[in-house]
Amino acid sequence: MPSYNMNQVKVGLRILIDGDPCIIVDADFVKPGKGQAFTRIKYRNLKTDRVNEKTMRSSDMVDGADVVEKPMQYLYNDGSHWYFMDQESFEQLAADGHVVVDAAQWIKEEDICLVTLFDGNPLVVQPPNFVELEIVETDPGVRGDTSSGGTKPATLETGAVVRVPLFVQQGERIKVDTRTGAYVSRA
Amino acid sequence: MTDEDADWRPTAKLEALRVRAETLASIRRFFAERGVLEVETPALSAATVTDLHLHSVACRLEADDRRTRYLQTSPEFAMKRLLAAGSGPIYQICKAFRDGERGRRHNPEFTMLEWYRPGWDHHRLIDEIDELLQAVLGVAAGERLSYADAFLRHAGIDPHAASDGELRSRVAALGVSDVSELDRDDLLNLLLSHSVEHRLGVGRPTFLFDYPASQAALARVRPGHPPVAERFEVFIDGIELANGFHELTDPEEQRRRFAADLAERRRRGLPEVAVDERLLAALASGLPDCAGVALGVDRLVMLKIGTRDIADVIAFPIDRA
Repeated sequence: MPSYNMNQVKVGLRILIDGDPCIIVDADFVKPGKGQAFTRIKYRNLKTDRVNEKTMRSSDMVDGADVVEKPMQYLYNDGSHWYFMDQESFEQLAADGHVVVDAAQWIKEEDICLVTLFDGNPLVVQPPNFVELEIVETDPGVRGDTSSGGTKPATLETGAVVRVPLFVQQGERIKVDTRTGAYVSRA
Repeated sequence: MTDEDADWRPTAKLEALRVRAETLASIRRFFAERGVLEVETPALSAATVTDLHLHSVACRLEADDRRTRYLQTSPEFAMKRLLAAGSGPIYQICKAFRDGERGRRHNPEFTMLEWYRPGWDHHRLIDEIDELLQAVLGVAAGERLSYADAFLRHAGIDPHAASDGELRSRVAALGVSDVSELDRDDLLNLLLSHSVEHRLGVGRPTFLFDYPASQAALARVRPGHPPVAERFEVFIDGIELANGFHELTDPEEQRRRFAADLAERRRRGLPEVAVDERLLAALASGLPDCAGVALGVDRLVMLKIGTRDIADVIAFPIDRA
């Protein structure tokens, strides 16, 4: 991977910091007190999701990180690994459970996920923004019951639990926004 | 790319350009009422600053004498020549150029307001800047805070008495790479930018004065314990807006500082630049005791419209120029 000088450091650039892949979320030029110039960056560690700050001199270099995102189809899981297929090369990759931890509750076989690869290994799996799933368990709604704000918990076929309106019943398919976990509509 | 982002378009809204025009007009009114003369000096000059941290844009007049000339990083040297020639109080609004300075608060070509007051010291000039900011920005009267008090108050450290080791460990904790290679002034500058600056100028301007002698630049140094540079900076909402000096008038001391800069430039492999002999000659003939300040007009307009991005107040920043 290439190295970058401070003139090339920009928001969105993927770099290696202490061996971890990170993405720059903020970069600014500072020149305090008429002294030497520095570049101040904020970066998100793609493994831990933590945001940190770093200040570098204008002569410093940073290493680029081999991080790519590609849409991949979820095939199946065998209990310990989750298998995805590259939509172009048809190559298959196995992801550890902890990589899929957030996405697992939303995805079904054949769903297309956005997989972030670091040095060719899956780092993060993002489910589609919207998924359509069947309700496998929910209480029958009682008309006029607004004590719970007009919603009730419903368990979906993937195991996720979301709040749904009272009129939505077991066996129905609903559309959910995976970024917020919110019910959108009946599917 | 949507048409709104098409790069022939200005990055500043027309409303911001109107505020900019009003700001320039009110600055000119302010000085006209006080009898300060507006002057113009060359943007392109045979000599330039020796400062290690200022990078001049060099160019050659190919159809003329083919000699290297420099776009000025500030009009300071030429304005001092006018002062030495007996101009009295003067101000200038001009473009200044600094290679390598680009960011949310920097554009390599920017607009500077610079003015000089013969017979005044920096404290009297601070009072006038305070009046200008009240008139142009409508802010409250500013506070005066010494460099040492600002560090004690906001960073909990004495900038004159702390050891290099203490400063280094404080700066390392800020996430700065390679602190071992930073000198004392670098360490102080980083503490200023990371721990102090954003707490300055909140609700009213802050005038920070009495800098460490090692950061004197073109200010005179006042002997004492410790000796301090009669230099100040002005902050509003954490943005550094202006830098001024009780000006060094001693030609021998000025020559020594130029020579020290040039030696350090050679050591670091930085471009050699021509020393301004005409400035030194003017100092030798007699620069009146004076105070001067340079103020970033773009940043003034940023504060006026409430943006943190210089591109919002410049029609065409460098990447659209």
